Amino acid sequence: MTIPVLIGITFLVFALARLIPGDPCRAVLGERATDALCNDFIIRYGLDQPIPVQFVSYLQQLASGDLGTSIKHSRPVTTLLIERLPTTIELTLLAMLFATFLGVPLGLLSAYRRNSAADVGTMMFANLGVSVPVFVLGLILAFVFAIVLKDTPFALPPSGRLSSGVSVVPLAVVWGLEDWTGPPRALLDFVSGIYIFSGLITGQWGPAADAFRHMILPAVALGTIPLAIVARITRSSLLEVLGLDFIRTARAKGLGERGVVIRHGARNAMMPVVTIIGLQLGLLLSGAVLTETVFNLAGVGRSLFEAISGRDYVVIQGFTLLIAFGYVMINLVVDISYGLLDPRIRLQ
Amino acid sequence: MNELPLPAPSTGPSPVRPSTQPSAGGPVATSRRGGLWRDTAGQVLRQRSARMGLAILGLLVFVAVFAPVIATHDPDGRLLGVEQGVKQRAAPCIHLLGCPEDQPQHLLGTDGNFRDVFSRVVFGARTSLVIGFAAIGFAIIVGTTIGALAGYIGGGLDNVLMRLMDIVLAFPALLLAIAIVTAVGASLANALFAIALVSVPIYARIARASVLSTKESDYVTASRALGESGFGILTRRIMPNSITPLVVQGTLGIGGAVLEIAALAFVGVTGDLNRPEWGSMIGLERNQLFNAPHVILAPGIAIILTVLGFNLLGDGLRDALDPRLNR
Repeated sequence: MTIPVLIGITFLVFALARLIPGDPCRAVLGERATDALCNDFIIRYGLDQPIPVQFVSYLQQLASGDLGTSIKHSRPVTTLLIERLPTTIELTLLAMLFATFLGVPLGLLSAYRRNSAADVGTMMFANLGVSVPVFVLGLILAFVFAIVLKDTPFALPPSGRLSSGVSVVPLAVVWGLEDWTGPPRALLDFVSGIYIFSGLITGQWGPAADAFRHMILPAVALGTIPLAIVARITRSSLLEVLGLDFIRTARAKGLGERGVVIRHGARNAMMPVVTIIGLQLGLLLSGAVLTETVFNLAGVGRSLFEAISGRDYVVIQGFTLLIAFGYVMINLVVDISYGLLDPRIRLQ
Repeated sequence: MNELPLPAPSTGPSPVRPSTQPSAGGPVATSRRGGLWRDTAGQVLRQRSARMGLAILGLLVFVAVFAPVIATHDPDGRLLGVEQGVKQRAAPCIHLLGCPEDQPQHLLGTDGNFRDVFSRVVFGARTSLVIGFAAIGFAIIVGTTIGALAGYIGGGLDNVLMRLMDIVLAFPALLLAIAIVTAVGASLANALFAIALVSVPIYARIARASVLSTKESDYVTASRALGESGFGILTRRIMPNSITPLVVQGTLGIGGAVLEIAALAFVGVTGDLNRPEWGSMIGLERNQLFNAPHVILAPGIAIILTVLGFNLLGDGLRDALDPRLNR
């Protein structure tokens, strides 16, 4: 089932990119480009071919791992991805970690102490959390932590990825692998772009901490909606499980309350939580467009938005495809992880 | 009473649950007092979250309907040179609360174009509510039709329609909406259309699921035996079962649509940015947060309240109407 969906996605992306009105030639070369220049441009990028022909040659190109060359930046889309994807990965992963590691315990606590002040508070927060637009929260956080708390230890930077003057030395330089080329080098550069991770594994503590400080506000802004959703789902799922017979059995055989809730209850309550975490990743990618705009981060979301306004077909296609494929793959991983959590549905 | 010849399975004599017998007269009694709708309304109003949601939304609808009366200024009126002493992005000034009388009164201050923020927020309620209802209404109609046909006819049609829905769902909704709006042209109407389109699959799935779960049941077979047409069975026997989940999801969906329209306006793909609309108000002034937070906070809080209202009502509806939760 996954493959027809992937082909459908590819076609939809391709068609949508072609539907965007406006002349790509003049969007790139400027309003005053001559007709001759434009003719040249159109032939060079194969835009004079019928759409089905363009689609087939695009598929052939994709099959060889080539996402094309950005019309606007005159650089391969893969290079752009290596530059921009790490930002988005860092942002979404931190946001997801924030949502999961705060949301699951909050949800468990709420269910465990149902109707207590902690429960009511958490659920009120969760209701509010899912109602706040990412960009409003981002702006408010930036205002509080960069302006109100300026000059206090709690001040946090509201934009960019690193403070000026700070840089994370790329892995290729640290490990003396500068003569590497091709895909291995690309992979190395890609990992280097995930500043917090590459800083940590090479012992550049200062820059890594700086990168982390820059990501706190964006990650919290982006992670709040998922946090609220994860907390709610965890709570209702655990409540449902705690009402089942085997929990009574566990209590009857004399297990401590904590053992019952954590070992027997929580584990069985995790399935819907895992599903929702997977689904939230798609939402995070949407939110990343807004977060990256608010916090001035050059990630995939903002690049995609710029590509759409600049009619850079190739970039739109490449980035959207990647996101949609990633999303489909995440769902696949979620399906597989069910088996790990619940032996009853291990893949046959 | 003509329902006697068709005993509902739940009220059938059962030695395990004799206690259901006395209450068998219950539904008849309540229907005399006001019927199913009143019964349902009572159940919904018993939920605290539904009451809170309804209160917030009632206030919002009131504000939207009476916007011209409530607004203190013309939402589009640039007051520079019109009003004495008006300042750009002036902080809120309310005379009753001690703001000097010589400054013009603006409940929520003014924006970068010397316009009254309060009036713009008030008129913004119209845009958000209309778009939210229209987009989700459209999505429910189209989605339900697709889902019902897919579930009822089944086979190849089911497969094709649901795979199409999967493809739409494979994109992050906001990105797809941005792409659609850019493809068909930046305007508020197109944004509405894009939001509606990306919401269709959810309703299609709900409708399909309830069709699948009821189409083999005895009362549907009975209707078929009585000679009811396929269309009649689908619309009168099967679809009423999906009203509850559709209403619950739709209510939550309107909140989501309000968030999405604000986000689209914030990134600037809804055409005229000077329209009194919450998202574009924030988008226009987003760099002014540090000198004039009120121009961001006022529409921001309006969005939060609206979405909160729909979420609370949606939760309340679900708790009241979902039979699986009545434990």
